[in-house]
Amino acid sequence: MRVVLQHPRRETEVRGAKTVGQLLKKLDLLPEAVLVIRRDELMTEDEALGEDDTIEIRPVISGGDLDALSAVR
Amino acid sequence: MRCRRCGDKAVLKIPRHNTAVCVACLNHYVLEQVKRAIHDHKMFDPGDRILVAVSGGKDSLSLWDVLMRLGYETAGLHIQQGIGHYSEESHRKTAAFARSRAVELIVHSLQEEEGAGVLELAELTNRSACSACGVMKRYNFNRIAHDRGFDVLATGHNLDDEASRLLGNILRWQEDYLAKQAPALSATHEKLVKKVKPLYRLAEREITAYAVVNSIDYVIEECPMSVGSKMLVNKEVLNRLEADAPGTKHAFYFGFLERQKAEDLSGADEKIQSCARCGQPTTAAVCSYCRILEKVKTAP
Repeated sequence: MRVVLQHPRRETEVRGAKTVGQLLKKLDLLPEAVLVIRRDELMTEDEALGEDDTIEIRPVISGGDLDALSAVR
Repeated sequence: MRCRRCGDKAVLKIPRHNTAVCVACLNHYVLEQVKRAIHDHKMFDPGDRILVAVSGGKDSLSLWDVLMRLGYETAGLHIQQGIGHYSEESHRKTAAFARSRAVELIVHSLQEEEGAGVLELAELTNRSACSACGVMKRYNFNRIAHDRGFDVLATGHNLDDEASRLLGNILRWQEDYLAKQAPALSATHEKLVKKVKPLYRLAEREITAYAVVNSIDYVIEECPMSVGSKMLVNKEVLNRLEADAPGTKHAFYFGFLERQKAEDLSGADEKIQSCARCGQPTTAAVCSYCRILEKVKTAP
């Protein structure tokens, strides 16, 4: 299947992953840090994947300015 | 996987609550968590005018969306940082969001108003880009909210933001920062506007899921200045702990809030005065914003 990753945006081909959970394991990604999307729909870890699928793996972590409100100085 | 609430097809598993939700129940969950945050910390009341700081990212746009759904009167404030393509894309998506919902968006361009973007400000002052950006945001968020008569300023900080910041502050025992890390910071100076974080009960992953299922078109690209930041490392560490023991982040941050309340670490005794130059609230004689702008004025 074709897998689209972000940060930076890149594509890779993955074979042999039958479920979303297996795909994340193969790519060594923590489920807590990403969302898996197929045809604009979110997928849970138990969902089955097909070899012809195009899957987007979207990171949920952002850096941002976490100290924006820490002081008034 | 089925939704634990209604039995429909689930789109998100939430291990820390031992549940899974479908699209409709995810929306219900997010709205309820925000309602509870607003209630528990008396963030604002119906009728208050709320200025939402919007970067164009998933958190701030989702927050704005949720507050509108809950019926609050809001406007957005976007600071154009002048960081190349990233800033242009952020502005474009924020403006498109506001247009599509016919809500007011205030845009403040650092280049136009302060005479320099974040990168130049950082270079002129020998600060990191994030530090210069932070000063510019804090100052302008507060000043614009105050000058335009808003009752409160809302930001999109989520549970992961707060937990990772707490971890960073504890690792270095920055106790003065611990005192100020709260979901609601009251106005302790006549020119200081109350600041609130209505998403603090929600994990970053839950908010991203909310943005996706509601087709909120946010900037997926990360700020190029945040690459390798300590906060990202802290978040990754916390996610590893969370994977092992769901609920760790929640227990860490909420445990802190309980202790903060019990020991009254509200930071109320902090001495806030008026900046000698601009009159805005500060803890120093001259505020950081004015010290940075001085360097811009005297730059060759």
